[in-house]
Amino acid sequence: MMPKKLILTDDAFATLIKQANVFLSDEEAKNIKNQLSEALDAVSILKELPTDQVGKTSSASGLSNVLREDVAQPSLTQEEALSNASVAHDGYFIVNSVFESQDN
Amino acid sequence: MKYNQLSITQAQELLKKKEATSLDLTKDCLEAINTLEPKLNAFVTVFKVEAEAAAKLADKNLKSGIWTFASHPLAGIPIALKDNFSTAGMKTTASSKVLDNFYPPYDSTVVKKLKEAGAIILGKTNMDAWAHGSSTETSDYGSTKNPYDVGRLAGGSSGGSAAAVSSHEVIAAIGSETAGSIRQPASWCGVVGMKPTYGRVSRYGVVAMGSSLDSPGPMTKTVADSALLLSVIAGLDPKDATTSPNPVPNYLQELAQTSISGLRIGIPKEYFLKDAQPGINNLIIEASKQLEKAGAKLIEISLLDPKYSIADYTIIQRAEVSSNLARYTGVRYGGGRELLGAEAKRRIMLGTYALSSGYYDAYYKKGEAVRQLLKDDFSRVFESVDLILAPTTPTTSLPVGASADSAMFGELADVLVEASSLAGLTGINIPVGFVGGLPVGMQLIGRHFAESTVLAVAHAYEQSVNWKDNH
Repeated sequence: MMPKKLILTDDAFATLIKQANVFLSDEEAKNIKNQLSEALDAVSILKELPTDQVGKTSSASGLSNVLREDVAQPSLTQEEALSNASVAHDGYFIVNSVFESQDN
Repeated sequence: MKYNQLSITQAQELLKKKEATSLDLTKDCLEAINTLEPKLNAFVTVFKVEAEAAAKLADKNLKSGIWTFASHPLAGIPIALKDNFSTAGMKTTASSKVLDNFYPPYDSTVVKKLKEAGAIILGKTNMDAWAHGSSTETSDYGSTKNPYDVGRLAGGSSGGSAAAVSSHEVIAAIGSETAGSIRQPASWCGVVGMKPTYGRVSRYGVVAMGSSLDSPGPMTKTVADSALLLSVIAGLDPKDATTSPNPVPNYLQELAQTSISGLRIGIPKEYFLKDAQPGINNLIIEASKQLEKAGAKLIEISLLDPKYSIADYTIIQRAEVSSNLARYTGVRYGGGRELLGAEAKRRIMLGTYALSSGYYDAYYKKGEAVRQLLKDDFSRVFESVDLILAPTTPTTSLPVGASADSAMFGELADVLVEASSLAGLTGINIPVGFVGGLPVGMQLIGRHFAESTVLAVAHAYEQSVNWKDNH
């Protein structure tokens, strides 16, 4: 069941910002926090519909397990793949380091 | 007469009779764009030099006989593309600053098919950023205005394509619909907007919004043009595993061959909202009577209240948005996430929440179950009717700025088209008249892959009246 009244705590909201990987100004944060609660409240009408007896839709057109032969096919060249990269070096994308140092 | 005013089939006649060249068509469109853009803002990018070069090549190939209208069904026809279709080497922004400098290294399948059919790509049309909206007001490049009243909105998210066709900046355009994004702006701008069955047209190379819903489709001046364009862009694509292996009919030929006599058309009472703008429901009823005169049978039916589809769509689509937009990190292409607009952030966050541990069952899983309910609801109705007829939107075009009034603006504007999108069905908007000087659209919804029936009935209506006379 959906929660009756949703209280998005400051902590929960901060976690959500991190999970969603977005940057919010103070004003945006205030607005979006309220709007999220409003939206979650609006979608709660689905509770009125019993769904115990129905399956779940994962494909609207009913196709499943669409596979192809495992054969290599022409693809982008390395140069093409890197053509929009903000920073590239020796045929690789440059990314921020993933692992944090120990004192973090 | 200016060539940009023509439909595709009219322009083709002139090309065939050698009374006009592709360059003539292209130049008139470019001139109209030049004149109207300061008022409408329907385009993000116009490819003037490239379009003229492609038109000259089309003329040369048609003259030498390398191309025929059979081998190249869109030979020399200038069209516009919504800016979420990747075009090789040509800027593709999805109207977001995140992609302000994105030059895709490949063509989307739709663009590839259009080019192979001989079409001239005139430019890329404005949309809600990432297709998030029903107004184009979330575009990072300004909103598109309605050609019937520039103080009002073109609708969205394919608002640029709708306005460009409506104002004759182009002969035809391509849009995409997740839930309403073709039919709703088509309704507000008075053009034909065809939403194909999910899986009928490839999504490969289209900037993804809701991957289980996204359906590219034609936006045109006539039903015949939509039929012609759909035959070109539809079909199985190994690069999109959700495309259907069903053969693609020649929809244009089938228009003439499909009789509407005896067809059962369902009128869902729940779709004639009590608080719809006065005048709209009456125009739709009049239009249905017109089809009855042409031999169709009208049958009152009942569907689930469309308010549930709004709630369901909100969950499903936000969840898919949060997943699809996670890829924009500014590393492989595009700018960083600090460039995301407020609407995108709102959607990502709601989707992230609905998918997060502890809430997944209550929101996403429930959403998927309700989606099945909606699908079953249509299946039940389609046992006794061949088509469903209803208003496309409960209001005519709203004033510029209207989307700021409600966080659920898009869902309210799209209330009558979201259920059929969630069920993956095909549908079309055709203009049926005016209320207060603004266009009103009627939608016809068909079974999965029943595009031929939908187009035939839309065509029969279009041929039976001059919709511009209905006030």
